[in-house]
Amino acid sequence: MTRQGAYKESDDMLIDEPKLPQQGQIAALPNEFNPSYLKIYYSKLFPHADLYRWMSYGNDGKHPACDSSYLGRREFSYTLDNDIFVRYNTFNSATELENSIKDKCPLKIDIGPIYNLNPAHRNAYAGDNVLTPVERELIFDIDMSDYDDVRYCCSGADVCLNCWPLMTVAVKVIDTSLRDDFGFRHILWVYSGRRGVHCWVCDRKARRLTNEQRAAVADYFRVYKGNENNYKKVSLMGQVLHPFLARSYTEVLKEYFETKLLTSQNLLSSEERYEKILEMIPDQSIASELRGKWQESRRSSSAKEDINIIRWEQLKQLQLKQLLQKHKCVEEIVFTYTYPRLDMEVSKHMNHLLKAPFCVHPKTGMPVCVPINPNNCEEFDPTTVPTLIQPLEELNREGLRSDVEGEWNKTSLANAIKLFRSSFLQPLLKICKEEMESSYNAKLQQSKNLLSW
Amino acid sequence: MQVVRSHQSHRSFSSSSGSVSASPTLPLYRSAPELEVRLEDFESFAIDRLRVLKGISDGLSRGKKPDEMEKLVNELWKTNMRHQDSSQVPNKDIISHFVLRLVYCRTEELRKWFLSMESALFRHRFRNQTAEAQRAIMEEFDLPCKAVSNAEFESLKEKLGQVARSIGHNLSLSTTDAIYYKVPFEEVPELVTGRKVFINQGYAYVAMNQVVSLVATIFRSLLSKALILTNRKWATSIREQEQHRLTPIVEALCSSYLGPDFSQPKEYGEISLKDIDQVAKSSFPLCMRHLFEKLREDHHLKHAGRMQLGLFLKGVGLNVDDSLAFWREEFSKKVGLEKFEKEYAYNIRHNYGKEGKKTDYTPYSCQKIILSTPGVGDHHGCPYRHFGEENLRAALSRMGVNSRAMEDVMGKVRNRDYQLACTLTFEALHAAPCDAGINHPNQYFSDSQRLLKAKKDSST
Repeated sequence: MTRQGAYKESDDMLIDEPKLPQQGQIAALPNEFNPSYLKIYYSKLFPHADLYRWMSYGNDGKHPACDSSYLGRREFSYTLDNDIFVRYNTFNSATELENSIKDKCPLKIDIGPIYNLNPAHRNAYAGDNVLTPVERELIFDIDMSDYDDVRYCCSGADVCLNCWPLMTVAVKVIDTSLRDDFGFRHILWVYSGRRGVHCWVCDRKARRLTNEQRAAVADYFRVYKGNENNYKKVSLMGQVLHPFLARSYTEVLKEYFETKLLTSQNLLSSEERYEKILEMIPDQSIASELRGKWQESRRSSSAKEDINIIRWEQLKQLQLKQLLQKHKCVEEIVFTYTYPRLDMEVSKHMNHLLKAPFCVHPKTGMPVCVPINPNNCEEFDPTTVPTLIQPLEELNREGLRSDVEGEWNKTSLANAIKLFRSSFLQPLLKICKEEMESSYNAKLQQSKNLLSW
Repeated sequence: MQVVRSHQSHRSFSSSSGSVSASPTLPLYRSAPELEVRLEDFESFAIDRLRVLKGISDGLSRGKKPDEMEKLVNELWKTNMRHQDSSQVPNKDIISHFVLRLVYCRTEELRKWFLSMESALFRHRFRNQTAEAQRAIMEEFDLPCKAVSNAEFESLKEKLGQVARSIGHNLSLSTTDAIYYKVPFEEVPELVTGRKVFINQGYAYVAMNQVVSLVATIFRSLLSKALILTNRKWATSIREQEQHRLTPIVEALCSSYLGPDFSQPKEYGEISLKDIDQVAKSSFPLCMRHLFEKLREDHHLKHAGRMQLGLFLKGVGLNVDDSLAFWREEFSKKVGLEKFEKEYAYNIRHNYGKEGKKTDYTPYSCQKIILSTPGVGDHHGCPYRHFGEENLRAALSRMGVNSRAMEDVMGKVRNRDYQLACTLTFEALHAAPCDAGINHPNQYFSDSQRLLKAKKDSST
């Protein structure tokens, strides 16, 4: 293969230029999305078997208690070329799933709920609303564009290392709560490929929650209630914070606000920006005192410490002096600028479709939707996510030498897939098997009891 | 739900599922019991319970605080739900509830009212149950709550206190506040939403007052469904079957006015004609004052207005001769003496039971007046309901209601609490509370007269 055109300048920002090996033929592929890349991706790299094992939740036919209809009742939907969207794809085995994906090469795969019957047969039944979801992971979608009013480095679909910490905060806060408060254990966090993260809670209890219960959990997490018409979008009433909010504040929000976002976003450095914060102080006299101070100090330039930090300290000092605090003003500011903003609609409905992990995003650079480890999510770097191009080039370079594990193992995707398995899939399947075993034994016992008079 | 079987003078209720569930002290009314009821008790038990529910309704509309309501409910229950045979008390409770279901299932508005009052009643009675009884009820309602042990409570006390303070409840050290239940969080979504509970390892820690709310919500939703079913049964079979026996009783019950009917004023001649203008200004409620003024103005009133005002005046103590003189004085100015005698005098005497079948008509209660529908040229009805806002404000200020009271009154009007609006007017004009609330124009009048007389006596 000969080297094709040069890269576009803008692409350098998003992915590292692959290192060119000294010898042999180089294959440097154009960094633009091309459906043929997908073909190779699905045939050699996409972890079909892992997806199958996850979706089966232990119903792989190897145990007498397996439900053979389970996988077939799960909806998958494909986004194909030319914006064609196909719903209600179902599969009854690992091979069917794999072959279909390889064959259709969907631009995007969405995972839907498990229905009461195989959706492929939905038209065979008369009447409306015959098809009802019975199981669905509890999901959350956090999108950076929902934070556009509190970040100045990027907007819309863009993401950089200055604003990405907002996602880190979201993962930490929500993950801790899901585990400590709600008692969930099997939680998968995935980079959504563009500007945010998805969360899949896969415990049995979570999968069986009703819409009302999901809405309650999503609402428990909700703090920000904003729109353009409301200058005060976070209102923390009550004398004290709920323990969940208090913990989030002291363990995550305060630190990230004060040590990262305050400076990286220059939240107090210019008049336009600090006015937004001053607006949130209910006591007018404090706000104007600060305004006065800051308008003056604009002129003084020599400051060893970052101006944002200095000003934030001043704000806190003045607020502290306030004896009657009906509103926890400092906390409200911190919450406004850091607390997770969930898309409520995604979580509330069992039939909401969500993109599958390991899909490739068709934008330039083609990042793969890889899992994020919540235990070290602060190390996740959206600018160095494995992309489609890299492993393809790596495959080209390595030639057809295949690995026992699978061809992905020699590529940058290896770590992502290993993480998926070790931190999520294996513990999940273990529990599924245990649950299946114990409920099976219980039933056996029951029928034995019935028989023994 | 109910199949009524008759044996001679006995009535009985029966159902396929039979039993009354939960503790004997607080029935859940899940299904109609196997009980025999006497026809007289059918009505009287229901009326007694209705007094309780109306008392609650009144207390709630007047914005009584929870501890005041608690006292009120206890008193109402004690006063009205007694029975000379104490073993019959629980039966009276159950029977009266089911009879009122029949009465109040028939329209959306009736159902809503009944649901609210019964839920409020249930809520208060539940609070007063023993912990054991409460747990039994929660189990009955499929609320898998477990009481939090003392040890666990101590370890979580601080966090629980934080939650309470974060939602505006001050966790005092009283014993009731220290009672918490733990329940899987998915059982109480309404508390998870809005972070009203502490959640840990999948369990929500629910405070006593929240438990009461939950239980009351379940009670309400069960009753709501039952009422719909009852309505269906009523409409399709019971009403027809019982048209000569229970149906007339049921239909009369919900519109029953439960106070004195003022049909026999204590003394006739209490009010003399020469005082009437004076007395109208000082002691007539707005509805009657309006009719009175219009009569003076137009020298005429249409039939409904004549009935409403005329019977009121009878209740006030105007005897038949004075009444005739009064109406003659006005009407003759418009229609002439002869026509008055021919067309109107008869009706006036009829109202006093001096003509025809000699029924002594009773003055209209507020309920009846509110429900009337005045048309063009009519001046009867309840001004708080039937007047537009501007006209009402003008009329009230002519009466002498100050601007602050005016706003309170208008607030009640907007909320469709017409009798409360009238009560507030009374209180503003007399500078004295009217705790019982106005339920009858003649009550307004006699209370007013009493207050004025007392003032006069104390100043002389």
